[in-house]
Amino acid sequence: MIAVASTIVVFVALALLVTNAPGWPEVKRTFFDWEQFKASMPEIARAFLLNVKMFCIAEVFILVFALVLAVLRSLPGPVFFPLRALAIVYADFFRGVPTILVIAVLGFGAPALQLKSVPLSTTFWGIVALVLVYTAYVSEVYRAGIESVHPSQEAAARSLGLSRGQALRFVVLPQAVRRVVPPLLNDFIGLQKDTALVGFLGSVEAFKQSQIDAAATFNYTSYLAAAVLFVALTIPLARLTDWLIARDRRRRQTARVA
Amino acid sequence: MNALELHGVHKSFGSHEVLRGIDLDVAEHEVVCLIGASGSGKSTLLRCVNVLEPIDAGRIVVGGDEVTARGANVNRVRRRIGIVFQAFNLFPHMTVLRNVTLGPTRVLGHSRGEAEADARELLERFGLAARADEYPDRLSGGQQQRVAIVRALAMQPELMLLDEVTSALDPELVAEVLQVIRELAAGGMTMVIATHEMSFARDIADRVCFLDDGVILEQGPPKRILTAPEEPRTQQFLQRIIEAGRM
Repeated sequence: MIAVASTIVVFVALALLVTNAPGWPEVKRTFFDWEQFKASMPEIARAFLLNVKMFCIAEVFILVFALVLAVLRSLPGPVFFPLRALAIVYADFFRGVPTILVIAVLGFGAPALQLKSVPLSTTFWGIVALVLVYTAYVSEVYRAGIESVHPSQEAAARSLGLSRGQALRFVVLPQAVRRVVPPLLNDFIGLQKDTALVGFLGSVEAFKQSQIDAAATFNYTSYLAAAVLFVALTIPLARLTDWLIARDRRRRQTARVA
Repeated sequence: MNALELHGVHKSFGSHEVLRGIDLDVAEHEVVCLIGASGSGKSTLLRCVNVLEPIDAGRIVVGGDEVTARGANVNRVRRRIGIVFQAFNLFPHMTVLRNVTLGPTRVLGHSRGEAEADARELLERFGLAARADEYPDRLSGGQQQRVAIVRALAMQPELMLLDEVTSALDPELVAEVLQVIRELAAGGMTMVIATHEMSFARDIADRVCFLDDGVILEQGPPKRILTAPEEPRTQQFLQRIIEAGRM
């Protein structure tokens, strides 16, 4: 009750502060214009499909590459030191460099090489950049999952005669991946938002389209339209994960006698 | 031919020498119980036999094949040895049935149908048929440990290693697991059993070995070791067990 009351008080105060600000009428006109919102929405929604497409394509590659990277990093013994080192350098580098820089370097640099076999599409290079960056993040998530599976599980698998690879595939990874579904989803929400950065290269995705609209009408309501679309995609994704986690728990706890 | 031979096995973890020269022969169909205080090296010894831990010196021979030889195929060796752990170590993301069929399907190359039929038969034999499609965390500790034993048996091992398999169980669940082991012994299974259950060791073992500080200090028929040990360390250990009311 107290929480609800204090929340209401704070928000009412905030709303009053904003709406009574000297510049509010102007801000209201340029950011919250309902007519403008309706007018710009169809085109931004169309452009948003490009975001969804980039997100879907990138996600598939990220899930696979990140898993490979995480497995490389978990290889034991001195023989695999170069691979481990490479995986560590990769993760450190791409987590350290701002995403926008990777997008800029690849998006402007790669096509400029003018090689026959290199695609010129900025969207293509935008996706490549996102895959490179997010693979680094997601591999760390996988690695945390792999390390959270107790070594006794691998020992039990190996003691049955399973090879190291089989133990990883059938025993360690299935448990590891289940445990990291929530943080994985978190990274994917980040990825979904970062598809907007590809607009920087000139690909007309939702953010770029709303920029174009804003420039044409001197009205920023189109940004709001883009924001609404991004949020609308995030929420189902979050609910989906909740559902997946709940289902897994249910299946394990109420498995019935056949 | 002996089912298992250990010759001068040494094993250290860092600067701590856990096994300091173990010699042990186990004949086929023999049941050997390892007793001794925690930290005396019982578990390490079993893990070394299954090559879960590499040894520093010595030789381990299973059914005539040296498993510690350079280039020995450890996966091939482990197929022939079943090991059951104190903490069960069932795979929590698989049903009981899948736990049991994983080895036969992936390692022995049995078809799924064949493996499942065999698994159900084994589960039936140990009173677990009704649990086949449940996940391990729905089972009692005793049931889980019996499943772990069935999982090892499904590989049709020549040798079973049991590592304090009742230590993690509530007292009232110990008996059902010990009963399973008795059945295995009666069926002629060769076993090396690390245990704190002295009366069980007396019943089931052909030979009892007392481990102390990384060596087998004394061994012999259970009656003699458990009632009239020669070594003062063995006497001391058994005295403490009696005082704890565990014998």
